[in-house]
Amino acid sequence: MIEVNDLTKYYGQKRAISNVSFKVKKGEILGMLGPNAAGKTTAMRILTCYMPPTAGSATVGGYDIFDQSMQVRRITGYLPENPPLYTELTVKDYLMFVAKIKGVEKDKTKAEIDTVIEKASIGEVRNRVIGKLSKGFKQRVGLAQCLLNNPQVVILDEPTVGLDPKQIIEIRELIKNLKGDHTVILSSHILPEVEQTCERVVIISEGEVVAEDTPENLTARMKGGERVLLELEGDEKQVKEVFRTFPDVTAVKVNKTAGGLLKVEVESKKDLRKDYAQALIVKKIGLLEMQSDKVTLEDIFLHLTTKEEAA
Amino acid sequence: MRKTLAIFEKEFKSFFYSPLAYVIIAIFTLITGYLFYNLLSWFVEQSFMMTMQAQQYRQAPPKFNVNLHLIRGYFGTLAFISLFILPTITMRLFAEEKKQGTLELLYTTPITELQVVTGKYLAGLALYIVLLIPTMFFMALLFIYGDPEFLPVLSGYIGLILLGSTFIALGLFISTLTENQIIAAIGGFALSLLLWIIGWGATFTGGTLKPVLEYLSILVHFEDFAQGVIDSTHVAYYLIFTIFGLYLSLKSIESVKWRT
Ligand SMILES: Nc1ncnc2c1ncn2[C@@H]1O[C@H](COP(=O)(O)OP(=O)(O)OP(=O)(O)O)[C@@H](O)[C@H]1O
Ligand SMILES: [Mg+2]
Repeated sequence: MIEVNDLTKYYGQKRAISNVSFKVKKGEILGMLGPNAAGKTTAMRILTCYMPPTAGSATVGGYDIFDQSMQVRRITGYLPENPPLYTELTVKDYLMFVAKIKGVEKDKTKAEIDTVIEKASIGEVRNRVIGKLSKGFKQRVGLAQCLLNNPQVVILDEPTVGLDPKQIIEIRELIKNLKGDHTVILSSHILPEVEQTCERVVIISEGEVVAEDTPENLTARMKGGERVLLELEGDEKQVKEVFRTFPDVTAVKVNKTAGGLLKVEVESKKDLRKDYAQALIVKKIGLLEMQSDKVTLEDIFLHLTTKEEAA
Repeated sequence: MRKTLAIFEKEFKSFFYSPLAYVIIAIFTLITGYLFYNLLSWFVEQSFMMTMQAQQYRQAPPKFNVNLHLIRGYFGTLAFISLFILPTITMRLFAEEKKQGTLELLYTTPITELQVVTGKYLAGLALYIVLLIPTMFFMALLFIYGDPEFLPVLSGYIGLILLGSTFIALGLFISTLTENQIIAAIGGFALSLLLWIIGWGATFTGGTLKPVLEYLSILVHFEDFAQGVIDSTHVAYYLIFTIFGLYLSLKSIESVKWRT
């Protein structure tokens, strides 16, 4: 449904993205994950025909974003990072306006607006002036706008920014419900969001795609390392030495708790829990707790997007 | 067409949702009303004095031409006030969209730049016509209490609208260049003023430049309209500048898209 080939974009001298490529299948939800200034917004703006790329190409629904931009726009709904709202209009007038410029047929307009109002749960504010709404409701009005004319492709730039936890859950549910009927790309730097809503994740860092996979596979790929959390009673220096004796241990992090205990995080190439236990007993270090920690996407993210190796 | 209309309608509505609209309308009506009253008083006084003089010398009372002495001057005044007021209408047309980030909506929905520019221009023009309505009531007073010729009044308004159209198209262009409405207003005013005063230079220059400067002057082209003459060269002048302004606006928003 969406094919992106080697997109590169320069703002003057500054390169925002370089050689970004990925594909999204019909009905799929793709997460675009990356820290600030990674180039997520830039990539989305290119896909939605807001601006052309410096190099590379992309098609949306089979249409070229450059040569067939009107067709692309016709099948795409876009929620920019800052919802594009006319603050002086009422919600209803605003949606009416967007419906017209999106080319919704006249006799379908009313029904179409009612549908998106319901989807975005903004029925209670439909006659209010947008400028006077709370941030969360503004975001939803933006989302309603994006869903007008039932677009095949939905592109959402950080859709849950500025919402309260309850609203975040609601919006995520809404996004999940888009699956199947719509092809969705959403960007975020909040990991749980991508993990919960997306089937596939593209991780972008400094303008380049550094990983692309399902959340599960990414986790597995990172599983080169085992991570164990321990709670110990003993001398900090001594504890560190114990773990350093294992050649397979790649990282040790020790924190003192208020009660004088030590919280230790150990990463290793393979599962060494039994060996840890033995070594600690030999050194007479109190082993209070030990648990294996599944590597979360958060780690992958940190791992893949920070420059220095986690080890 | 429906999309152009949608832009038109939205601009028109937005204008009246902001207090600015009422301030502009109030100021324009007050100033033009006050000037109308002044012109009228002056005219009545003059005709009264002239009639008295004629009686003293036992001559036939002279005929006063309302069209010549009042209406013509009044149209000139209206054009002058429009020069100041129109930038306040055009300043927000694009600058506001830039500021609010709504261009991201316009440029990613299936609407062409031309439709956006046309819709906004037409909205500006419609607002100007709304501004002119109170002055039509003032004119109507003349028809109730006197009997001026109707055609010069009609042609005067046509001239005003054409002149307004030029200022609006140029102001619209300036508005595409900035997201700051104040700058857009000042720039629009400066550009309009330039067209207004450019003809003054003609008095001091000779040679080939003189007719060029005269041609460019927006005032020279307006005078005939106020006298009841609709000359196609004058109409062409305003249309050319209007299209020029719209063309620049179009190119400007296209290039802004390309640059960022
Ligand atoms: N209009 C612009 N002009 C110049 N540079 C820009 C422009 N827009 C973005 N950039 C630069 O391009 C890079 C990528 O920006 P982009 O907004 O795409 O990042 P992002 O991943 O969306 O970040 P965030 O998570 O903060 O929204 C940044 O370094 C940014 O400074
Ligand atoms: Mg962004």
